[in-house]
Amino acid sequence: MDSLLNKNRPPVFCPGCSHDTVTKALDRAFVKMGLQGKDVVVVSDIGCSGLFDTFFNTHAMHGLHGRALTYATGLKMARPDLTVIVTMGDGGLGIGGAHLLSACRRNLDLTLLILNNFNFGMTGGQFSATTPTDAVVGSGFLNQLDLPMDACEVTAAAGAPHVTRCSCYDKGLAATIEDAIRFKGFSFIDMWGVCPGRYTRANKLTPKMIAAEIDARKPYTGEIEQNLRAEYGAQYRATAAALPLPGQPAAIEPEYRAPVGNRQEVIILGGAGQRIVTAGESLCLGGMTAGLQATQKNDYPITVLRGHSISELILAPDDIEFTGIERPNVVIAIGPEGIARRKDLFAELGPESLVIKPLGLETPATQAETKEIDIKALAVKSPDMALAALAVLARAERVITTEMLDRALTYRFSGKVLEASRAVIERVQSL
Amino acid sequence: MNLSFIEGNEAIALGAMASGCRFFAGYPITPATTILNNMLKYLPPADGVCLQGEDEIASIGYCLGASMAGMKVMTATSGPGISLYSEQISFAIGSEIPLVIVNIQRLGPSTGSATLGADGDVQFMRWGNSGGLPVIVLAPSDPRECYELTRHAFNLAETYRCPVFIASNKEIAMTKESVDLDALSDPGIVDRQPSPAGTDYLPFATPDGIQIPYFEPIGGDILSRQTSSTHGPNGYITVDPGQIEANVERLRDKLSRAVNGFSYYEYDPVADTDTLLITYGVTTRAAMTAVRNLEASGKPVSHLSLKTLWPVPEEKINEIAEKYDRIVMVEMNLGQYVREIERILPEKRVSFLGQMNGKLITPAQIERTVNYG
Repeated sequence: MDSLLNKNRPPVFCPGCSHDTVTKALDRAFVKMGLQGKDVVVVSDIGCSGLFDTFFNTHAMHGLHGRALTYATGLKMARPDLTVIVTMGDGGLGIGGAHLLSACRRNLDLTLLILNNFNFGMTGGQFSATTPTDAVVGSGFLNQLDLPMDACEVTAAAGAPHVTRCSCYDKGLAATIEDAIRFKGFSFIDMWGVCPGRYTRANKLTPKMIAAEIDARKPYTGEIEQNLRAEYGAQYRATAAALPLPGQPAAIEPEYRAPVGNRQEVIILGGAGQRIVTAGESLCLGGMTAGLQATQKNDYPITVLRGHSISELILAPDDIEFTGIERPNVVIAIGPEGIARRKDLFAELGPESLVIKPLGLETPATQAETKEIDIKALAVKSPDMALAALAVLARAERVITTEMLDRALTYRFSGKVLEASRAVIERVQSL
Repeated sequence: MNLSFIEGNEAIALGAMASGCRFFAGYPITPATTILNNMLKYLPPADGVCLQGEDEIASIGYCLGASMAGMKVMTATSGPGISLYSEQISFAIGSEIPLVIVNIQRLGPSTGSATLGADGDVQFMRWGNSGGLPVIVLAPSDPRECYELTRHAFNLAETYRCPVFIASNKEIAMTKESVDLDALSDPGIVDRQPSPAGTDYLPFATPDGIQIPYFEPIGGDILSRQTSSTHGPNGYITVDPGQIEANVERLRDKLSRAVNGFSYYEYDPVADTDTLLITYGVTTRAAMTAVRNLEASGKPVSHLSLKTLWPVPEEKINEIAEKYDRIVMVEMNLGQYVREIERILPEKRVSFLGQMNGKLITPAQIERTVNYG
């Protein structure tokens, strides 16, 4: 097999840069594996490691600092057969930290090469996530205050199943890279090297010192046994293939005649757990069984299970333009939290409006006609009160009829829930 | 006519699926989350991919990778997420990566109010990229338009190789409405153009007569290069001022000179008025009621509802506004698009009504502005 190096664009690194040895080792790994340019994409980001994509006759995607893993993820999910090589520096390691942890947890079949030279070479040698505290770099005293991160410890802890720490000067570098590429899952290599242009101007660091420091640390040489598991992409596709195709939204056929011919606005005021949203939807579906247009807007706190729940409903024979409600035709008031939130509403209602509420529930003074439901006598529990109010509304032939409401329930519920809902309506309407 | 009961966000998901969207990635954020929920329901069983990113930067980054691999892609967020997308949006603009971005606007500034509506990102979407090159922004006013403009958004992203925004609003996104799904219009499906067979492929070359580079996917048989750096036709860094200038001017012109081909709007003219009411998004709905009420009270106005916000459809607005002396611009912010209207119609008297309090602008407010300025 031929080299995949781009003969027209030879590496342009500073003399003595360790990135140069990595470029050649990566090419040797490609050749050994018999990969052609079209089989491979080199994904890079900003910094000297970001030059890598230009040195190879492969597919290439070069993007923003620390974000190479994000593009690589999209590429690999879209093209599972592609060999995806990601090159980042120790700068990208820091700024792209969230993506690194996520890639470790996900285990998509990517190979990430961190060209770790302990500083931001391209911008003048500032400190990175791996700069030793005693190094002299371009960030003044700041690196003395931050602990450097051990990328292998971090990635292994985050779930990476294949982690290697090596020197860019290792004789077996190409084999190490090949081993990582061949691994079916996320593989990570922390490659230590010298940045002669910046770092070693003020700090002594030689290949020998690098080898000694790596030897002194906990070794990372590939598979992390406790993190071995199925590769993400394969698992995703197998899981997705077993999912049933979802149906399209239900289409409601117009079957009935609405009791009124103009726009009707209804507000349901209650609290969490009172099935306000469900009742609102049932009213709208009921309207649609008579060919009415409908809108539903709900209001509840971001934290659920407590607090107010309000549903604003509009039913109209023509297109509903403005979806706000200013003076509702009907207010269903069944919970103090919702009532408190819209207390000013009641004074504005005229005698043509209707308020439906449980017997005994306090509401602000209003001129509106008020119908009270004797919930005790009817044995209506709190979660059914909104539905009971709809039954009252239907019986009065305001907004919807009983047959519209009943048909709506058949779209919304089935089995025992449908039976129980119908029983509530029957009970309320029997009085 | 059978009606389905869906919210704007579900309509966008349905539109995306009908457009051939194969990849979606998003990060949960009210009021855009239900798009993620719907795409997760629809995409994976249909052989597509839906991912939840570790953050917004990742979500849009996944989309850029998948788009470069040849898939039609979409992401969705709200204002705080657009801020995080910004750097990647610049990449998509400068490097011509097709992408649909849904922005369900909520009340800002900053994290603001998650469940209150606004149209406060209208200038932000246009200018929130480094370099200031144009983008396409389409603004729906109801679920039907959410569907139809999503269809157009995918086709425009493919045609012009650019990000296309859907500028929705919490008030459309999370309001359920009856929609006749059978009556939705189908604009057909447009795909990005592969390079002609037998030619040497240069990823950003625009041979005579074409303005948009041919697209070869990363992972295909022809080697493809993508880069966020200033590049020449070959996709490698260039420092040649002539090449750089020609490229950025092309990036500008490919949209600003083409907008007549995608200037979506609705125009409702009446006789005997000197006033043109201009709205977009959910405010259009209140304006329609206001227009009827004004007519009934003997003070009719014409109404222009814009669906294409960016690039500004200047020719269309000029042509329509010509016969009016007065413009009334209404929008759910403190005055953003009105700047464009004042810019392109310097001879007209412009009245403005804007509001940022989380409430819909009402028909009565619009009527008052029309009547009393």
